Amino acid sequence: MLNGLLGRKVGMTQVFGPDGNAIPVTVIEAGPCIVTQIKTTARDGYEAVQIGFEPIPVKRTTRPLLGHLGHRLPLLRAQRRRLQQYQQEQRAKARDQEEGAKSGSAAQTSEEKKPDKQIQKLLTLQENRQRRPGPELGPFRVLREVKLEEGASPDKVELGARFDVSLFKVGEFVDVIGTSKGKGFQGGVKRHGFAGGPKTHGQSDRHRAPGSIGSGTTPGRVLKGLRMAGHMGNARVTVKRLRVIQADPERNLLVVKGSVPGANGGLLMIRKHKR
Amino acid sequence: MAEKQEIPKPAGRALLEAVERSQMRKDVPEIKSGDTVRLLVRIGEGKDERVQPFEGVVIRLHGGGVNRTFTVRRIAAHGIGVERTFLLHSPRLEKIEVLRHARVRRKQLYYLRERSGKSARLKEIRPMRKAEIAAREAAAAAREALGEERGGEE
Repeated sequence: MLNGLLGRKVGMTQVFGPDGNAIPVTVIEAGPCIVTQIKTTARDGYEAVQIGFEPIPVKRTTRPLLGHLGHRLPLLRAQRRRLQQYQQEQRAKARDQEEGAKSGSAAQTSEEKKPDKQIQKLLTLQENRQRRPGPELGPFRVLREVKLEEGASPDKVELGARFDVSLFKVGEFVDVIGTSKGKGFQGGVKRHGFAGGPKTHGQSDRHRAPGSIGSGTTPGRVLKGLRMAGHMGNARVTVKRLRVIQADPERNLLVVKGSVPGANGGLLMIRKHKR
Repeated sequence: MAEKQEIPKPAGRALLEAVERSQMRKDVPEIKSGDTVRLLVRIGEGKDERVQPFEGVVIRLHGGGVNRTFTVRRIAAHGIGVERTFLLHSPRLEKIEVLRHARVRRKQLYYLRERSGKSARLKEIRPMRKAEIAAREAAAAAREALGEERGGEE
């Protein structure tokens, strides 16, 4: 079994608990996710599963990705044209020969031209295309790697296996990972919770100042990692230990208590909480 | 890759609405500002639970969906005003009973807070009796008939 699932944040609302309390909740549309690759210790050095989320049309993806997902790739357009042209020529030639034979005229058939190298290559290419054994999957908008549940072996997971919200039980705890809303360049007060300067007593220009950033001649520099103004938000954030309030695999519905990083519609990774 | 793919659409907001709808009560009456209501509120005391009545004037409606709340003002003992806000769809409300409607000219009746006694009264709208409704309908029908007769002249 997998350790996590992908989903999208739908929005927040509230539900009533068993004792009539209103519980603030986030509604997540999670899964279904399809296993697209299995990583094993023998081959990759670690154990994990790559899952795909949100299917998209084939034309919306790239050929390398299609190949990764086990699709039989069609020839490129130029290759296809070339091959078609060749086949048409062949047919025309055959027709000519037939007609020539019928009328009995002395239309000398020119020596059989061997198909040129490129066409030969195309023909063999079309005949024996290599593709990854197993099912054709996706394509998907999102591919992510998740770990397996502790104690689970990757042999039990099959390529193309489908996982949904039934991974999570009501009452369990989950961690939710997302990308926080971008706040742009922010000062120390908003970004790190600095107190700012005094508001009164003759202060000017010091209301939201960060204060001292270090000592004097020793060390003679500003220490690395000192909290200052800068870009805030739009970063990966993990919220731990959110209780699952509802989980409905039929509707891909997951309702967790509390808030979750990012805007509505943002991509989320929901993982089982590790104690 | 040849066959056409079926790409399921995400449910999105419909999911949120479904979650909200499942939380909403269907038995709540329509409440307006100025209504006098009588509530039976379930109150937990430790393990025990009892029902407490609360009666007063609705002075405010706020929010929408599951988050719709209303504030009820009542004058408790010694003329002290008490306001309590309830979630309209809360399962803790055993019963919501609308006793009276009143004619009010604003949505939020905060002005009642500064008033007491006689001036804090609201003008009641009584629901029409059946006889009144019938009389009104008859009058309307008569008017319509008249209007049709005169329709050509106008």
